[in-house]
Amino acid sequence: MHSYNLSHIKELESESIFVMREVAALFEKPVLMFSGGKDSIVMTHLAAKAFYPAKPPFPLLHIDTGHNFPETLEFRDRLVKKLGVQLEVKTVQESIDKGRVKEEKGPNASRNSLQIVTLLDALEALGADAALGGARRDEEKARAKERFFSHRDEFGQWDPKKQRPELWNLFNSKKEMGEHFRVFPLSNWTELDIWQYIAYEKIDLPVLYFTHEREVVNRNGTLLAKSDFISLLEGESYETKQIRFRTIGDMTCTGAVESKAFSVEDIVEEVAAARVTERGGRADDRRSETSMEDRKREGYF
Amino acid sequence: MMDYTKTKNYLDMDLLRFTTAGSVDDGKSTLIGRLLCDSKAIFEDQLEAVEQSSKQRGDGYVNLALLTDGLKAEREQGITIDVAYRYFATPRRKFIIADTPGHVQYTRNMVTGASTANLAIILVDARKGIIEQTCRHSFIASLLQIQHILLCVNKMDLVDYDEGVFNKIVEDFTEFASRLEVPHMDFVPISALHGDNVVEPSANMPWYRGAPVLYTLETVYCGNEFNHVDARLPVQWVIRPQNHQFHDFRGFAGRIAGGVFKPDDEVMALPSGFTTRVSGIHTLDGDLDEAFAPMSVSLTLRDELDVSRGDMLVKPHNVPKVSQDFDAMICWFSEDQNLQTGRKYVLRHTTKEVKCVIKDIRYKVNINNLHKIEDDLNIGLNDIGRISVRASSPLFYDPYRRNRLTGSFILIDEMTNDTVGAGMIL
Repeated sequence: MHSYNLSHIKELESESIFVMREVAALFEKPVLMFSGGKDSIVMTHLAAKAFYPAKPPFPLLHIDTGHNFPETLEFRDRLVKKLGVQLEVKTVQESIDKGRVKEEKGPNASRNSLQIVTLLDALEALGADAALGGARRDEEKARAKERFFSHRDEFGQWDPKKQRPELWNLFNSKKEMGEHFRVFPLSNWTELDIWQYIAYEKIDLPVLYFTHEREVVNRNGTLLAKSDFISLLEGESYETKQIRFRTIGDMTCTGAVESKAFSVEDIVEEVAAARVTERGGRADDRRSETSMEDRKREGYF
Repeated sequence: MMDYTKTKNYLDMDLLRFTTAGSVDDGKSTLIGRLLCDSKAIFEDQLEAVEQSSKQRGDGYVNLALLTDGLKAEREQGITIDVAYRYFATPRRKFIIADTPGHVQYTRNMVTGASTANLAIILVDARKGIIEQTCRHSFIASLLQIQHILLCVNKMDLVDYDEGVFNKIVEDFTEFASRLEVPHMDFVPISALHGDNVVEPSANMPWYRGAPVLYTLETVYCGNEFNHVDARLPVQWVIRPQNHQFHDFRGFAGRIAGGVFKPDDEVMALPSGFTTRVSGIHTLDGDLDEAFAPMSVSLTLRDELDVSRGDMLVKPHNVPKVSQDFDAMICWFSEDQNLQTGRKYVLRHTTKEVKCVIKDIRYKVNINNLHKIEDDLNIGLNDIGRISVRASSPLFYDPYRRNRLTGSFILIDEMTNDTVGAGMIL
């Protein structure tokens, strides 16, 4: 007999496409938050599928901290061209220059949390009432409580205790003027799902994800890449290692892993065998037990 | 053993969504922690973080509940506030757990978690047996049309792994459950803390011949989650490319909510009632020979019909009910206000949004014994009752029992924008 059973990856793909189409239909001016990382790349891939043969009906929004890997920016520009969508870039530097935020000081200074202000300003400037993001619930314990349609008040804040219940596939997109939604179509995907999907769909990724030689410094167990944004502390030194990145964020806080993974298939194997979460290498999450929740409450991705 | 990390095998795995319910201290989080731990879905840094927190809190053991209770307030109060979603996979299956808190006041969360689940794990404390909350959780699972209940009798270690205790609980539950609509039930005696019958069969309970929890989860039939009989495509969005190549293309995009669509099938558009044929099923990866629930597709039609979001494509010989008036079971979520007859709410059903007014409250259900209450019709937070609804324009629906996707709706309060109710059409 014919089987009408969808494999789990196809079911997840279908769910994400459904969510993106809901966003297109329910909001006036959605944007897709693009970081250059694999999850946001998968998001653009799904967006292309959701609206084929038309182009996705929303622009990409990149919050540029100024601390990006150059490889990320190159990749971003190529992808935007291929998709034929509009790209909006807002920089943290501009927020600093305007006095909206103050640069952190010290050797572990990061612009990671400064992005929040730039992002909220950008959404307001663009008149965006929904921002699609590639966050997944398996990434972090505060994100495990996140909705597909996540309401943000007029200050862009998330109140985890006042979240609207989300049932079946019915999303409540109602809001007052000035409020907005963050929408997470990849909520139910795991890191391994993402990699398997990238392998299956043959999705292009920045070279940073694959093994290469790079000068890194070991700071409290995190391997940070050599760059203009990092200054060595006493007793630290750079060493050349065979590494790759499991996530891609700022050069100041994205840790590398020693790896010989050369292809997506190698990475799949590595991820399946991994004993540490992908955010385990993220200095930004290590600041405190609830640092993700704290940042999310204020309006983080 | 099959290596599920190989892409081909991995992509072939199916998906089981289950929900877990139990009272406070029934050991639910411990059970989930153990499933995640033993299936290696927990990473070293997560475990390390939990060990750290446990030590700091003075728990005296590794409190696996801290894995799922992520929010500050939860950790402070030692309770689970909200539905938490957890993920793990075994070589056979991928799992999504909707972990819902057991407090009396959080029935809302259990309904939410149950709305997308194929199976419900209900925990019972072996020392306490079937209590009011067990009945409530089972009733909710049944109301939400979950096809399979797995009753785990936990803390068997505290009753000396006594077969008699287990049998008595099974007997009590079976008697209660005869009033429910759950076709499949399994019972497992476990100790989540010590791992008895969770992943491996327990040496402490040789009298138990059944499978451990994980094996049951891996093998239970889950192919009946979607309706593959009544063709339903609620239209989400109309795809109209603004380019030369696809100049006249009008794709009706949506996620199939039931049945099967094929090219050349005769279809009817609702509400207009006009019929035409499917000319193609399109995706970026090429055209398809058929589409079924829950696939997201876009269909093109032979004739140019006026179809837009909120409309539905069906087959002419198998149409859903089309009506402004219907009865439904409602679960109420609002802390601020009771359900009010005569009041208008926003109603979301499939891809359609209408206004509606509650005409009548027929009865309230005592969710502990399933008795109808007809002399107190106040439906407040966490109450469940039967109502009559009139919508501002006709809905195209099936009874919830026949199709969860075309039989469910939510109510939204116009003043607060809150989701205040979840409805299942009768």
